[in-house]
Amino acid sequence: MGTVMGTVTGGATGRRRGLAGLALVLLALATVAFPLVFSSPVVTNYAIYALIFVAVGSAWNMFSGFSGYISLGHAVFFGSGAYTVGIAARDWHVNGVAVFALLPLAAVVGAVIAVPFGLVALRVRRHTFIVITIAVFFIFQLMAANFSFTGGTSGVSAPFLPWTPVSFNDHFYYITLGCAAVAIAVAAGVRRSRFGLQLRAIRDDEDRARGLGVQTMRVKLTAFVLSATVAGLVGGVWFLYLTQVQPPSGFDPLFDLSLVLMSFLGGLGTVSGPVLGALIVEPGQLYLTITYTNGYVSEILLGALLLVVVLFVPRGLIPTAGEWIKKIQTRGRPAVSPASQRPPALSGLRSEELATSDEGRQGLKGGRRRAGEEI
Amino acid sequence: MARQIYQAIADGILVGGVYALMAVGLTLIFGVLDIINIAQGVLVILGAYLSYQLSVHLHLDLFLGLLITMPVMFVIGVVIQWAFIRRLRGRERTSMTLLVSYAVALIIEGILYKVYGADDRQLSASYVQSSVRLFGFYLSDIYLYGFALAVALVVALYALLYRTGFGRSVRATMQDETAARLIGIDVNRVAAVTFGVGVAVTAAGGMVYGATNSFNPNSGYDLISRLLAIIILGGLGSIGGALLASVFMLTVESLVDIWSPQWAIVVFYAALVLVLVIRPTGFFGRPPARAQ
Repeated sequence: MGTVMGTVTGGATGRRRGLAGLALVLLALATVAFPLVFSSPVVTNYAIYALIFVAVGSAWNMFSGFSGYISLGHAVFFGSGAYTVGIAARDWHVNGVAVFALLPLAAVVGAVIAVPFGLVALRVRRHTFIVITIAVFFIFQLMAANFSFTGGTSGVSAPFLPWTPVSFNDHFYYITLGCAAVAIAVAAGVRRSRFGLQLRAIRDDEDRARGLGVQTMRVKLTAFVLSATVAGLVGGVWFLYLTQVQPPSGFDPLFDLSLVLMSFLGGLGTVSGPVLGALIVEPGQLYLTITYTNGYVSEILLGALLLVVVLFVPRGLIPTAGEWIKKIQTRGRPAVSPASQRPPALSGLRSEELATSDEGRQGLKGGRRRAGEEI
Repeated sequence: MARQIYQAIADGILVGGVYALMAVGLTLIFGVLDIINIAQGVLVILGAYLSYQLSVHLHLDLFLGLLITMPVMFVIGVVIQWAFIRRLRGRERTSMTLLVSYAVALIIEGILYKVYGADDRQLSASYVQSSVRLFGFYLSDIYLYGFALAVALVVALYALLYRTGFGRSVRATMQDETAARLIGIDVNRVAAVTFGVGVAVTAAGGMVYGATNSFNPNSGYDLISRLLAIIILGGLGSIGGALLASVFMLTVESLVDIWSPQWAIVVFYAALVLVLVIRPTGFFGRPPARAQ
């Protein structure tokens, strides 16, 4: 992670902030107006899936991207959220629009599952952590297929919603847009907080972070549960949109790998990375599956895309683009401003350096400063 | 009841031998290259399809066919390592190798779909259907032969690792890559050859798997998750651990299978989680070195 905004001086920063704010407002207006312009359900279908993955991708990245613990078990929360809404609606006879009142329950179930899951899985690191998340994932998939209250292999269906196809998609567009906005806001909030700094300290060197007073288990578990809450909520929305869930679709192994791909393509550990990644990957994937119904072409193309991304844009689009912009801006000038002009603040440090410098140590303990990485 | 239990244990040990063949390749690759090779499951299936091709079109015996499929798979493994995995460096290497090996798996799976379609296949030979009565148990011939093959290959692998100069370089690289590089070991070559050997051994596992189970291009995902559970349980990078864990896991699964076939596979993963709660490094894992 570089220091793109690090050494820019006062006036320029203000102007840039203003521009960024304007761009955000325009973007928000564009996303809100989107279904008014493109009213075709075919188009909004793409947008809804993309937004679902923007939300889950941000949630995944908020834990895995920030902490460095790559989870391949987030489908557990997503699928459990979906099943929660379905089973509750079926058993409590909730019909019509009232099913949306069940969504908070999906979020709670995601969080409740994440606590024991995290307490077991977060004791181990790296590859072992990844494999435990896969194991828990399969346990959930098999439970969904074998218990009777989950409907076995035929799964659960959602109650009928009294909307026409067009308004059905429009409603879900705004619901998923809301979910995505919440997920991005949570991720941005975490990233800016002391908590987010502690998470990244764990990613860089967990033992040293603990030595510096970070309560690593508590921090990791909190992030895991927070991420699972959002994933459970979005799982519930996804279920209502698709109107059905079966064990292999609710607990889909490719789901987790798609999340990794999206975050990786955009930029692991940045707030905007998974958003961009999801907006590129999910519509692309959907288009390929719809166009090539015989399966193998889309698989080969997706595999080739993955290879290209990892081999040629290994750091993700956002950080790579940030480097290019910096290169263009600093053309003809020294890339690093002379030491005397550099502000003494933390903003010029990488998070790797943070953990070792005195300022960084204070930041981890209680200071309000934070690292100026790309956001 | 007691008979059933003994039979289940015998079955578990024999099937465990087959899984050991596949798991040993995966754990060896992990030990040397420090990656989780998600493609290993699909490579098993690829090995099974190669054997299928040889036995159906050239009428070659399954075990003789291995003399062709194993070198082919060795070359495929070396090429994968050389083309993709060698280039991955840096802090996100763990997730990058996941993505790359997943990409390789997707491409191989897609090609298999294109060539063979989605139908289930199974390898057939005279000894696939027959069984032999031993000490009052019925043991099918293919499992016995497969077990013998597993033992032979694992012994050969041990000989390669502990009796040759190359094996010494492999073990040195597993212990400390930087130090191995410093004393003049060509770590890249060791990594490429190890990947090839790991994949070649897997091809043998794939043949036995294909003779005892029906398979299609999609079967790799179920396999890789089981294999990962096995090598984590045995302790990452430990060959002996992988052997023991395969036999242990498959015996447990086969025992639970007596009472409830659909829950047997859940117990498989639950056993992994339980063991890791008690012993985070698995049976024979070394405590993780601090990454710097």
